[in-house]
Amino acid sequence: MKLTNRAAQINRDPMTFGEKIYLPAIAKGLSITVGHIFKKKATVNYPEEKRPFSPVFRGLHVLNRDEEGRERCTACGLCALACPAEAITMEAAERKAGEENKYREEKYAAKYEINMLRCIFCGLCEEACPKDAVYLSETVMPTNYTRDSFIYKKEDLLIPHPHKHESK
Amino acid sequence: MQLDIAFIIEKVLLISVILLGSLGIAMYATWAERKVAAVMQDRRGPNRAGFMGLLQPLADGLKLFFKEEIIPDRSTRFLFILGPALAMLTAVMTSAVVPWGPDIATDNGVISLQVADINIGILFIFGVVSLGVYGVMLGGWASNNKFSLLSSIRAASQAISYELAMGLSLVAMLMMTGSLSLREIVEQQHGFWDNGYFTWNFFKQPLGFMIFLVCAFAELNRAPFDLPECESELNMGYHQEYSSMKLGFYLFAEYINLFISSAVIATLFFGGYNFPFMDEVAAGVNPILFAIICVMALLTKVICIILFFMFIRWTLPRFRYDQLMRLGWKSLIPLALVNMVVTGAVILWVIK
Amino acid sequence: MGIYEISFWVLTIMALSCALGVILSRNPVNSVLFLIATFFAISGHYILLNAQFLAIVNIIVYAGAIMVLFLFVIMLMNLNADTEPQKNRLVQIAGAISGGTLLLVILAALRTSTIESLDQQATDIGLIKNLGKTLFTQFVLPFEISSVLFLSAMIGAVVIGKKEKEHTA
Repeated sequence: MKLTNRAAQINRDPMTFGEKIYLPAIAKGLSITVGHIFKKKATVNYPEEKRPFSPVFRGLHVLNRDEEGRERCTACGLCALACPAEAITMEAAERKAGEENKYREEKYAAKYEINMLRCIFCGLCEEACPKDAVYLSETVMPTNYTRDSFIYKKEDLLIPHPHKHESK
Repeated sequence: MQLDIAFIIEKVLLISVILLGSLGIAMYATWAERKVAAVMQDRRGPNRAGFMGLLQPLADGLKLFFKEEIIPDRSTRFLFILGPALAMLTAVMTSAVVPWGPDIATDNGVISLQVADINIGILFIFGVVSLGVYGVMLGGWASNNKFSLLSSIRAASQAISYELAMGLSLVAMLMMTGSLSLREIVEQQHGFWDNGYFTWNFFKQPLGFMIFLVCAFAELNRAPFDLPECESELNMGYHQEYSSMKLGFYLFAEYINLFISSAVIATLFFGGYNFPFMDEVAAGVNPILFAIICVMALLTKVICIILFFMFIRWTLPRFRYDQLMRLGWKSLIPLALVNMVVTGAVILWVIK
Repeated sequence: MGIYEISFWVLTIMALSCALGVILSRNPVNSVLFLIATFFAISGHYILLNAQFLAIVNIIVYAGAIMVLFLFVIMLMNLNADTEPQKNRLVQIAGAISGGTLLLVILAALRTSTIESLDQQATDIGLIKNLGKTLFTQFVLPFEISSVLFLSAMIGAVVIGKKEKEHTA
């Protein structure tokens, strides 16, 4: 019984004279390898040129801000709930008076951490978020030496303030 | 005996130029090898150090120099060091008898572009090549490692077996040339076309050339005959215990051998420094320029042969040891003998 | 003393000391290496005698092939100074007597013979053309007979190899 039908039949006939002297085989092999010299190289010269990401690529998370630079996240916890790898933890806090320009809603995430070693980059958090706060960017996660450094804090995740540079 | 100072200076200059030249070409042979391997496998090869990776050999050499020099505790220290030294020595010695260019006639006499025109040039090459085995054998044995020893013994038996066929394949050619001096052999291949036939020995002894070429592969320990450094069976081969520049010398000696044997093949079979229409060129330019053109012609041939060696290496799989021995003893030696007998008969009955 | 004499004496000292090294060194691998060095010194002497062909053939055949086979066997047998078997006293005495007799014979033979002066250009017999002509005209019979000797040795080797194969099969 065969497991698959892909087994190739090997020709076990005694070698012909042409096969025995081996030179035609060498010529054939050379024609193949020399032909490869003129083929297009598959390699991308990485740091100089980068391979374009696919449009559905899911990379490192970012926490979004709205047009006025306020954090969108309201710490509802839906992303943590949706996360199959349980990589997201957060702590909510109430917005004080005078912080309206920092947080969009009355409730905000005082702490928001994603453990990148657990994250499987499935993008379910992005889909679960009702406030369009968490997004998966097109950045590949950088490597590091310590485990601690893979737990991304809110400061690591937040995108830069859009008006910060102008106000300063 | 009078010592001719000018003569000694001339020879020392020539030797240094040839030595440096072969070292340089061997260096860039490592670069070329990697580049050829890369393009044949649809890769790019070294391209970081300098333009197109041209500084890569320097970087490699520097790396090897600065690595830690390890001499195993239980090794035979003196022989362990002698091994790579011998390998290097025998690799560069062969270049002495290769005629790199025609004589240059100047006002102060004739400058020869050959270190030593001895009347047994080919035998000298064979002698040195047969000594090349010692570098491998001593290194392998002195490392006190079973894999090294096995591999060095493989290398030695391979070299001895293929030397026989190599010598026999040349006998037929030597019967036609009637001389063992490389200079004379090159002179006989003057130009390209003479008396209605090619002058180059390749066209006169195609079978001899094939046998010689196969044996050259085996003597150089190059794929498909690189059994002495067969990773799958012998870890790394005879230089397993070597590190730093001693390893570098072994690897480097291989590339020098590659260059020199390509030069020898070009000299014996492809007319050395001769090229088509050389008489017309010689009439047109001054002797020094002509000599330079001749050297360039030889180097072009050498580079083509080196590239051919590399193409073969990255095309064919390695032979099995019994296949190697069967090819050497049962195919090449009888073939070389037949070639010899046929050549002798042709010389006796047809040409005479 | 010209270059010729200097190189003669250097080569002689090298040959003799290396030959002594062959029999005095405890490690058989070192012995073989000394023997190779001796062959080189002797090849140097051949070159001084203007016999380049003999010199290079000496290197190819003895240093390049036969000594490699010697090394082969010795390396595989893993002989050391420690594993050297204790020699029988009787064998030592017999060796000394036979060696001494050989020395006497050689001395007696050399004492009466006249040694011709080693002039550099005295003879061209060692050059390949002259040597070949001499071998194939004047000495053709001994030359061919010695080739028969080699052939018989080769056949013997083949016979031994064949027998082994039948035995195992």
